[in-house]
Amino acid sequence: MITAALNYELLQQEGLETSLLEISMGPHHPSTHGVFRMDVKLDGETVVELRPVFGYLHRNHEKLAENMTYLSSMPFTDRLDYFNSMTNNWAYALAAEKLIEVEVPERAEYLRVIMAELTRLVNHVTLVGFFINDLGALGTPLMYAFREREKILDLFEQASGARMMCNYFRFGGLRNDVPEGWLDRTRELVDRFPAFLDEYEQLLCENEIILSRTQGVGNLSRELAINAGVTGPMLRASGVNYDLRKVDAYGIYDRFKFRVPYTDGDTGDCYDRFMIRMLEMRESVAILKQALADIPEGDIIGKVSKVFKPKPAEVYGRIEGPKGELGFYLIADGTTKPYRYRVRPPSLINLTVLRDMCLGGKIADAVIILGSIDIVLGEVDR
Amino acid sequence: MSILGGGIFKGMAVTLRNFIGSYFYKERLTTNDYEWRAKDKLPQSIGDYPKEEGEQLRDTTTVNHYSRNFPMLLHDTGEPMDTIRCVACQICERECPPQCIYIEKSTEKKENADGKPQFYPAKFDIDVSVCMSCQICVEVCPFDAIVMNSQFELSTPNRFGGLLVRRDDLLKSNDYYHKIHPQEAAARDQKMVADKAAKEAKKKAAAEKAKAAAEARAAAAAEAEAKEDTE
Repeated sequence: MITAALNYELLQQEGLETSLLEISMGPHHPSTHGVFRMDVKLDGETVVELRPVFGYLHRNHEKLAENMTYLSSMPFTDRLDYFNSMTNNWAYALAAEKLIEVEVPERAEYLRVIMAELTRLVNHVTLVGFFINDLGALGTPLMYAFREREKILDLFEQASGARMMCNYFRFGGLRNDVPEGWLDRTRELVDRFPAFLDEYEQLLCENEIILSRTQGVGNLSRELAINAGVTGPMLRASGVNYDLRKVDAYGIYDRFKFRVPYTDGDTGDCYDRFMIRMLEMRESVAILKQALADIPEGDIIGKVSKVFKPKPAEVYGRIEGPKGELGFYLIADGTTKPYRYRVRPPSLINLTVLRDMCLGGKIADAVIILGSIDIVLGEVDR
Repeated sequence: MSILGGGIFKGMAVTLRNFIGSYFYKERLTTNDYEWRAKDKLPQSIGDYPKEEGEQLRDTTTVNHYSRNFPMLLHDTGEPMDTIRCVACQICERECPPQCIYIEKSTEKKENADGKPQFYPAKFDIDVSVCMSCQICVEVCPFDAIVMNSQFELSTPNRFGGLLVRRDDLLKSNDYYHKIHPQEAAARDQKMVADKAAKEAKKKAAAEKAKAAAEARAAAAAEAEAKEDTE
């Protein structure tokens, strides 16, 4: 990647004493989205080596879940990726439902889709806000994004009792029905959301500073993205049409008409990853409109006991989370607790390509590239 | 991107629109004050926090129907310890994900609200500094004895004991529960009555079945006896 002789070597030939500059960025660095450290070696401003260090937020999630009943680890899944507790719940419920073979009522399936798509809006709106924040636009875009996010979190609070740690999904359905008038409030929000997106696009998408700082920065080739197991918007930004909502059609996603945005090039840069999210929000709004129009009345949860003993089996449940493929792998051994509980976190696996994207770039770009990956350390370290 | 810098001006138009709009439309504001209590009534020190149960819940803009903060124990109308619903079965203690509940079962039984002798919790402590408000204890409780409170102004100057809530402080009446979660409490009461009726019906059916079986047995025995007699 670096073809020319390094700057400091040239200076050395002139008889000056120089060396690479080593910087430890983090773990408490505002741009790292949590406690994450990058050990960077710099030649001037160019990154010649980068080593991601993580594990500062390790909370023993998997082992904890192996020592408690299936239901009890549901609230802990909220805390994996704390922006998207609803989708985390869903992935875990999907895996456990394969163990106990329960049918989810129609209304619950619709509400699950509504919650998941609202979560996708929350996540993308937050990501775009923080991404622009990383670029140096402190304040305005982030505050606009958080204003919209707060409206959705209010809906979550009305339905589940908590803004972020919703703990709303249950095996075989949902914990409780949504309160009266909730669907109308959601419809109102969904109708107004495209206007916000229009305004946001007008604010950001033509801004020359954003264009010059993101285009051509942090290139990720399609080949590397596939080989590294990258999923989600990041994979689609590198030109792969892969979305589990289409591939697996879990839940009732096969009933909705929506498009999967992806680039047609061979590589994706930071700008592609940013735009993919903006486009995905529009598709989420389309799904929400259809789901809110079709939602039937009925039960909210199938018949499941609180503590159950599934037959010995191995299951893997996965969903298209806002950040990528979120999977839960469970081994049941016939007791009330899982024998093995494993999370496939999209944040961690997408993070593995960070070094390849940053090498040869500027140090200021490393921060943007990290921002465009969309990680949450709660999920990376678990 | 015809003129260099045109995109930036376009963005600035948006911020200007937001700035002016924020004077007319509330949804344009990026931050909102909590409006549930008048500004001059905001608590100034610990002593100013509402003493009366449920006082902070008069306005529902921040506290809603499903709001949950920390668990509380329910008792029916009457003296709290005479009508406590909890029978110290310790299911919630076992299922609690962060393990914040500590229960000591009583050694002898005491009559509950229905006049049935039951065990009761001699100790029931919840460490609210550990509790993560997940509501699993409420869901697993077979006696509808533990539900979520929505009181949220709980700050205390006592760092160690202050957040460890004891049994007597956790005990709240069913009326209070009706006050903070009217719909949920009504549904729970309904469910409890239905459960009780179903249980009694089941018991009655079982008793009748047993009675019928005994009668059949007696009849069979009498028949057999009669048969023996004829022989």
